[in-house]
Amino acid sequence: MMANQIRALLTKRREPALALLIGVLIILVGIRAPFFISLDSLSGVLTDTSILMMLACAEMLVILTRGIDLSLAANVALTGMAMSLLSMTYPDLPVLAYIVGSMIVGLGLGAFNGFFVAIVGIPPIVVTLGTLSMFRGLVFVLSGGQWVNRHEMPDTYQMFPMETFLGLPHLLWIAIIVVPLLWLFTNHTTAGRSLYAIGGNPQAARYVGIPIAARLFMVYALAGMISGLCGYLWTARFAVAYTEIALGFELVVIAACVIGGVSIGGGVGTIPGVVLGALFLGLIANALPVMGWSPFWKQAISGVVILAAVVLNSRSNKRQGKLIVRREEASSS
Amino acid sequence: MKRFISLAVASVAISFVVASAAIFSSIAGAQAQDVRIAMLVKSLGNGFFDAANKGGLEAAAELGNVKLIFTAPTAPTAEGQIEIINNLTAQNVDAIVISANDPTALIPATQRAMARGITVISFDSGIAQEGRKMQLNPSNNELIGIKQIQMASDAAGGSGEIAILSATAQATNQNIWIEEMRKELAKPNRSSLKLVDVVFGDDQSDKSYQEAQGLFARFPDLKVIIAPTTVGIAAAAQAVRDEKRVGKVFVTGLGLPSEMAGHVDSGAVKSFAIWNPIDLGYTATYAAYQISQGKATSEPGASIPVGRMGTLSIGATGEAAMAEPFTYDASNVNDFKDIF
Repeated sequence: MMANQIRALLTKRREPALALLIGVLIILVGIRAPFFISLDSLSGVLTDTSILMMLACAEMLVILTRGIDLSLAANVALTGMAMSLLSMTYPDLPVLAYIVGSMIVGLGLGAFNGFFVAIVGIPPIVVTLGTLSMFRGLVFVLSGGQWVNRHEMPDTYQMFPMETFLGLPHLLWIAIIVVPLLWLFTNHTTAGRSLYAIGGNPQAARYVGIPIAARLFMVYALAGMISGLCGYLWTARFAVAYTEIALGFELVVIAACVIGGVSIGGGVGTIPGVVLGALFLGLIANALPVMGWSPFWKQAISGVVILAAVVLNSRSNKRQGKLIVRREEASSS
Repeated sequence: MKRFISLAVASVAISFVVASAAIFSSIAGAQAQDVRIAMLVKSLGNGFFDAANKGGLEAAAELGNVKLIFTAPTAPTAEGQIEIINNLTAQNVDAIVISANDPTALIPATQRAMARGITVISFDSGIAQEGRKMQLNPSNNELIGIKQIQMASDAAGGSGEIAILSATAQATNQNIWIEEMRKELAKPNRSSLKLVDVVFGDDQSDKSYQEAQGLFARFPDLKVIIAPTTVGIAAAAQAVRDEKRVGKVFVTGLGLPSEMAGHVDSGAVKSFAIWNPIDLGYTATYAAYQISQGKATSEPGASIPVGRMGTLSIGATGEAAMAEPFTYDASNVNDFKDIF
């Protein structure tokens, strides 16, 4: 009975299985490198993964609606560069100005995507592939190809993410605020729930009167806003803004979603799952340098581990039919 | 009315032909007098190559009839460079000066260019011998290796554990320097320095940062990280500061004063070195002009006059080298941080 319940928990629900996998991975790394299992090092991993977590949650919202946003990392680069240049020109601004400013710039870039996807009706992969190049190009235009270096950034700008509050760095606190807000949004608001309906069954969503275009626009704008915030955090954290910030990071973000159980077909995915997916990738990125393997092995190993996670996960994903409303817990037993 | 329209169409058509003929002849005119030298670097938006471009423009201005085309892919890939080489070959430029993202992958493309009579030389990061007429090393590779070990030794106080944080595992110049550093470390007077690992951060700040953290965790007694690459050295210095290891771990290597000034201030970096990228771009452009105009050859043993930089002597494998890299520390970094 008990064993059956555990089995059911591990195969029916993705999150416990993934959490277990992460635990096993930490122990495996710990066997080889015991110092890895210290509070310090694990909280370091958590901090390091904060940006990935937030971006992956933003990406999840988009993927839920059967869309995809390839321009998130380019948005990070462009907003990050814009904020760095702002801080260089006006060094006396308070941190809040950068946080709010980056969210506004990011929101604008996201709304640009949203306009073309929701109102003009172009497929999201085409729109965001276009804006990916466009944003990357604008980074060059804005910066003239120049870096913004550490000595050019005021201390208020670059110190903020790693300064601590109650023992944890601000960077982690921001993730601790943003991620639960997104969870509340997807689980406890009409607008958030309607994203599942739009992705799960667009026709039905239309018939029940969900304003699809408005919701799509909102989702891309919101994803852009979160990316913009991450852009500030990224450049401040590494204290440098250059043209190749987060190059190719959109793929890591999408991988975190897939590992976290988001269906690329839309309509399926949870915030806790995506957070675990991001943690899993963050753990690999932080653990591999500790292991001291050759760099070529590292690439192959991280590929194998990711593939293994996806295979394990896909076994629990044999769900029939479309998901429109949340499944009742009682019906699954 | 009909006649009026056809008249209008005809006049538009004529003016179009005249205008395009004018444009065409002006291009042809430019081709006839200017020597077009393309400087193809690893990627756009890299301060080092922007400075090299400055040097190239200086040489072009000095030579008078040279038009310098500065170009690069947006990401440092061999594929991007091959595409640009093919384009430049089609435009039939006079010379291409390349800092290569891969020593061998570019060879077929550069050989096609050379078969068309285009002078191809490489600088900074080289192409293998069969794919270029000459390679200009920014400094002697051996000197670069010795210099970095010397700086590491100074920072470590003569003995202790050191590690190297490089760019990508297949970067030509990085691997040569790592090899030279290993040779220098093998000498008896360096026996108290111990190289514990070489890691690769792929010239991305997040990855380099994680690799630096991995080094701190694995080697608690680590004294110095040598990063012969500009993204890597900045990321490692940032990791040293964040992990509060300033004074315990020092970062050194190759970086630009503008990018390193802040890290020298924080104490994470005591000293670092770099050759002058302006001089490098100047010399490469000057040499490409001399060879493409038949005023000098790149045969082994030949020497090429290169304006204010004196003359280059070509070695056995068609390589020439400039001077020893220059060291920057707290005493002089602020004088250079606004220049390059």
